[in-house]
Amino acid sequence: MCLGIPGEIIEILTDRPDLAKVDVCGVKRAINIGLLEDEELSAGDWVLIHVGFAMSKIDEREAKAALEFLEGIGQAYAEELAALSESNIT
Amino acid sequence: MRFVDEFRDADKAMALSAQIAALCEPGRHYKFMEVCGGHTHTIYKHGLEDYLPDTVQLVHGPGCPVCVIPMGRVDDAIAIAEEPGVIMTSFGDMMRVPGGRGSFFDSNAAGADIRMVYSPLDALKVAQANPDKKVVFMAIGFETTAPSTAMTMLRAEALGLTNFSIFCNHVTIIPAIKAILDSPDLRLDGFIGPGHVSTVIGCRPYEFIAAEHGKPLVCAGFEPLDILQSVYMLMLQLKEGRCEVENQYSRVVPWDGNLKALKVINQTMALRPYFEWRGLGFISHSALAVNEQYAAFDAERIFNVPGVRVADPKACQCGEVLKGVLKPWECKVFGTACTPETPIGTCMVSSEGACAAYYNFGRFTRERVKEATRTVDIELSPARP
Repeated sequence: MCLGIPGEIIEILTDRPDLAKVDVCGVKRAINIGLLEDEELSAGDWVLIHVGFAMSKIDEREAKAALEFLEGIGQAYAEELAALSESNIT
Repeated sequence: MRFVDEFRDADKAMALSAQIAALCEPGRHYKFMEVCGGHTHTIYKHGLEDYLPDTVQLVHGPGCPVCVIPMGRVDDAIAIAEEPGVIMTSFGDMMRVPGGRGSFFDSNAAGADIRMVYSPLDALKVAQANPDKKVVFMAIGFETTAPSTAMTMLRAEALGLTNFSIFCNHVTIIPAIKAILDSPDLRLDGFIGPGHVSTVIGCRPYEFIAAEHGKPLVCAGFEPLDILQSVYMLMLQLKEGRCEVENQYSRVVPWDGNLKALKVINQTMALRPYFEWRGLGFISHSALAVNEQYAAFDAERIFNVPGVRVADPKACQCGEVLKGVLKPWECKVFGTACTPETPIGTCMVSSEGACAAYYNFGRFTRERVKEATRTVDIELSPARP
């Protein structure tokens, strides 16, 4: 829950501009981007995601480093990814 | 160095380690608290204490939201879950946290409908899919997750949902740090500030720590090098006689935080006069409740909440661990009666709890734990029979 996980924005949903489809390690899910409305996000941007919400925009290098770190911590990240794959935000 | 795991840039870590050592004044001991459970996790995982001189000590703070939930609140949540027609939803982290009458898992096994969700927005979907049920979301977390709960209430309002509510247990980090600063049993030289909480609140709220308490604080990222660099920045401030709030994690943390996130928290929630923290006791203005305007989404107003205070088990020393007074392995039941499989205290439940992190990354073997806890047992026996 506390882990911020990086995801790459694939598309902003046209009918719901507060939602974006993201790719987190191959898991593709919708998340809410309403807290970053000032960032003017678009496909290809990376964000740090907490419990289904993008909390900050990050650059690709930071995203890669964060992913490497998360993969290193093992179980907690695996649980977070498993929880994300069960998610179905609309 | 035998406990050190290999990690990327270990050579850079060694260089930082040498720079930190060079800043140590002879005969002086340094004690820094990492407030955030995520940092604790990194420190144990990578054995970062082994990169620091013996005179520089890291102590673990109260920044694990699962760990600070008092047992009475778990019982309250279970009481709500057991009401007819209720579906309780919760993050997975919360499921094994023991209350006075067992955990969510126990209650679920006994027939209550308690479901794990990834996001409060998933809880909202459960409510939409079950219009004949009352769906409650067990909201926990610091300012990192409070905006998500707030946004979910706004969405519920927009959708006109009448069967969705929040059991709000959000806590705020600043009062907890104040409580630590006022605690007489701990002398600290500075703080490693939380990373993700600071993406929301920014760095300004910490300024009183430097200005009024004379302690430096550095907001830090979560990688091993981030933490070592933050320790270096704290040491450098002390060496140069400065006392400031600095931002090591500026690649993610904006100095002013996330204004939209703060706005939605203020829109839907209000500070409680006081709230009980596990181990730290009652702290004033330290937690959030659903505000008057969003009362229709407040589980505490909709349901009969017992609100009975439950004392922690006598053997459990989570309080001392959360305040940084005891190291996890110094607790009497660490690794023996209290393990991640059968936790007594919350610090052993969450993967970011100091005890679970210590236990999982094998900083001590079981034999070593027994040896260490036996020594502490003898030292503590007059005070804690």
